[in-house]
Amino acid sequence: MNDVLAYVGRPQPRVDGPLKVTGRARYAAEVAVEGMAYGAVASSAIARGRIRSLHLAAAKAAPGVIAVLSHERDPGLPDEDDPYLKDMGAVPGSPFRPFCDDRIHFSGQPIALVIADSHEHARDAAALITADYDAETPQVDLMAAKAAAYVPPEPRSGIPPPPPPRGDAQAAFAAAPVRLQEDYRVAAEHHNPMETMATTVVWEGDGRLAIHTKTQGVNNPKTYVCAVFGLDPDAVRVISPFVGGAFGMALRPHYDLLLATLAALTLKRSVRLTLTRQQMYTMGWRPDTLHTVALSASEDGRLTSIRHAAVQATSRYEDYQEPTVNWSGLLYACPNVTLSYELAKLDTSTPSDMRAPGAALGLYALEAAMDELASRLKIDPLELRLRNYAERDFNEDKPFSSKELKACYRQGAERFGWDRRRPEPRSMRDGSELVGLGMATGCWEAMMQPHAARATLDAEGRLEVACGTADIGTGAYTILSQIAAEALGLPIERVTAKLGDTTLPKAPVEGGSWGAASAGSAVQAACAALKEKLLAQARGMNGAFANAAIAHARFTADGVALASDPAATVAYADLVRAAGGDGIAAETEFEPDEEFTKKYASYTHSAVFAEVRVDEELGVIRVARLVSAVAAGRILNPATARSQILGGAVMGLGMALHEETVWDATLGRIMNANLGEYHIPSHADAPDIEVIFVDEDDRANPLGVKGLGEIGIVGVAAAIANAVFHATGRRVRHLPITLDKLL
Amino acid sequence: MDQNDRRPGAELVPVTLVVNGETRRLEIEPAVTLLDLLRERLHLTGTKKGCDQGQCGACTVLVDGRRVNACLQLAVMRDGCDVVTIEGLGTPDDLHPMQAAFVARDAFQCGYCTPGQICSAVALVAEGQARTPDEIRELMSGNLCRCGAYSNIAAAIGDVMAGAAGAKEAAE
Ligand code: FES
Ligand code: FES
Repeated sequence: MNDVLAYVGRPQPRVDGPLKVTGRARYAAEVAVEGMAYGAVASSAIARGRIRSLHLAAAKAAPGVIAVLSHERDPGLPDEDDPYLKDMGAVPGSPFRPFCDDRIHFSGQPIALVIADSHEHARDAAALITADYDAETPQVDLMAAKAAAYVPPEPRSGIPPPPPPRGDAQAAFAAAPVRLQEDYRVAAEHHNPMETMATTVVWEGDGRLAIHTKTQGVNNPKTYVCAVFGLDPDAVRVISPFVGGAFGMALRPHYDLLLATLAALTLKRSVRLTLTRQQMYTMGWRPDTLHTVALSASEDGRLTSIRHAAVQATSRYEDYQEPTVNWSGLLYACPNVTLSYELAKLDTSTPSDMRAPGAALGLYALEAAMDELASRLKIDPLELRLRNYAERDFNEDKPFSSKELKACYRQGAERFGWDRRRPEPRSMRDGSELVGLGMATGCWEAMMQPHAARATLDAEGRLEVACGTADIGTGAYTILSQIAAEALGLPIERVTAKLGDTTLPKAPVEGGSWGAASAGSAVQAACAALKEKLLAQARGMNGAFANAAIAHARFTADGVALASDPAATVAYADLVRAAGGDGIAAETEFEPDEEFTKKYASYTHSAVFAEVRVDEELGVIRVARLVSAVAAGRILNPATARSQILGGAVMGLGMALHEETVWDATLGRIMNANLGEYHIPSHADAPDIEVIFVDEDDRANPLGVKGLGEIGIVGVAAAIANAVFHATGRRVRHLPITLDKLL
Repeated sequence: MDQNDRRPGAELVPVTLVVNGETRRLEIEPAVTLLDLLRERLHLTGTKKGCDQGQCGACTVLVDGRRVNACLQLAVMRDGCDVVTIEGLGTPDDLHPMQAAFVARDAFQCGYCTPGQICSAVALVAEGQARTPDEIRELMSGNLCRCGAYSNIAAAIGDVMAGAAGAKEAAE
């Protein structure tokens, strides 16, 4: 590491920015291929039952149609679960297998695929497909399904179930002077990235496929299609350099990938399949969740018990799990805690991870309840949190690797002007508007995953770093370039980061906020290994380096120099030439330090402050201002880091006030499967958002990074809901807080 | 790839468009939207498809200088028109001021809404209706950004407007 931090920690503009702002960045559906055919999916019109007969004749006879695929003439897909379980995102149960039989599991399920010579012909022919169904009554109402809720028999791999109870929460509750028990609910949401799911399969001949698909990690779709279609991994390359947003939706492979690959293999030609916005509502979603939170406290506001029980929707065929109650066991110091998590089956597609899965919902419920408790105790909500501050993770009974949440509270409150808040609800106004101030806490795991990376220096002194991870808008290209430029002492213009390709060193899916810590550490390690190689080469070329250790060497834009004798420099060009190749490369694997993770619990934290304005007569709610103070270890790039938090805050605002997927209870079909009726926050809804990163020194990885993708959303909905209560005196416990609930 | 339709089906209709300054003559089916024409036939994939039904703004282009949702236009309706897409505004080495402001303000993340936001913003400035940040937000509300880059987008537009105003004052 150089003495001077040239790039890391500075607001470097995105290195992929010029490509993105000029429309030159190509996404999965934008690869031009000679002779390509186009696919379009016909979707089921019922939510549950069987297809009695499919009417495909009109589509087959439509102009330009090349083929129509469906379950009717066995498309040759495997009819057991095993190959489909080769999906890093698989959950317990039986994964959805398109075209495997006549069974309909959810509304909008793909029932046929049209392949035609143009996008329009495929689309128009798909619209001609109808079916006769034996429809069964679907269950899409979580309130009703709750009666049959169950503890998932098999936990989801890698996702811990709720910790066992500690103390005796029930007895402590019964004995406490101050008690509160309330039900909360957050409506179902859909990710709605702006780019829809899309796959372009390029038929390269000899059974070789280049698959351009929307994914949060190229290795997962590759493993999946190889397993499902029995393909030789050497014959399949998956490429996804740009991803038009995903938020968890593109962790698992979806039917666009499967059907496009099926069509390409069947027809032996290149195929593009783009799903429609409506079809984006036929896969992965944030599950509708019912929470009951019971808190008890002493008169002076010390929590004596926390109970949090949640019932969450899943599909009939899989047990998706995001134990949303877990964070309630570690956010506060409390001796008596009972957490329970159950699922209820609905006739929908399987939910999936969506930005801060579990925590975004569970901490809404807990932090709304804490606000209610504060108001009952007549204690300032921020003060109540400080009185119950946890210095240890009591879920696992471990110390934190670092926790600067107190600094978040302090700096956030100061920036926001929390001290102007009058305690009584409905006590602040500005003209015809009621003003409300609310706050909440956020928390998310700081995780890491094994990642491999390669660093290659060429004769022109250009450095390429490569890793099979994804940049879904997080800024991975940029931070990895910063880390590499700094490690080798090069101007960042001489560094290229390559991502999103199965020919690159292996990485898992990009999710859970582990990307920066893991890929960043891997790139840093690859650069360190490269420096060793460069120095070894220099030793053989210049006597002055004969005994030089890495600590004696300096890496600059010109080459390797000796710290003690800067005049002794071996130019990179000479090093590469002497090594006799196009470049000198080093590849390494980063593994998280298991000893460390056994000893310490690592989390990011935030304090979120919201100011809302409510029109007293019309009930219209506007978020005027948000302040988010975040403790997430070292910040590699304050500009892209800030954007991550902004994005989470805006999505949290959507959860609080706008977003709600609505099913027709009788038909089981989604009634608002479009961006006009499913409202995601727009420009006019977006407030001023201030982001503070507090200093936090963490040792979980060599970079000191904790990750930022999720923390930005956690706590935002609660802060806004609490502000709405403060403005109006009305406690709405069912998000989103639409004005009908307020009036 | 063949830009024209030579397939069985509906009758082909000739269309002439000036796209980013270049005259393009095509024969297409009447059902082809301006968006699909740009993306699939001219391979100008900078114009994005987020919904294909006028609800997201990702497909915003400038037609005769005005911002329109290209997914809501049949290409034949725009016969003879001048179309500017994101590719026509600037190149990576020679960014349009709005593109440069988006980079400087980190006004995007995944980048998928970005071409539409930029085309919309360029038209917004030309329209001269927005003077305050609130007006910018109101008049940009047809362009959704799921990454939530809104405040940075508004800042980028503000920068360009301030720069344009400064340049105008200097000229006067
Ligand atoms: S694609 Fe045209 S408005 Fe969404
Ligand atoms: S930058 Fe991703 S949708 Fe706007």
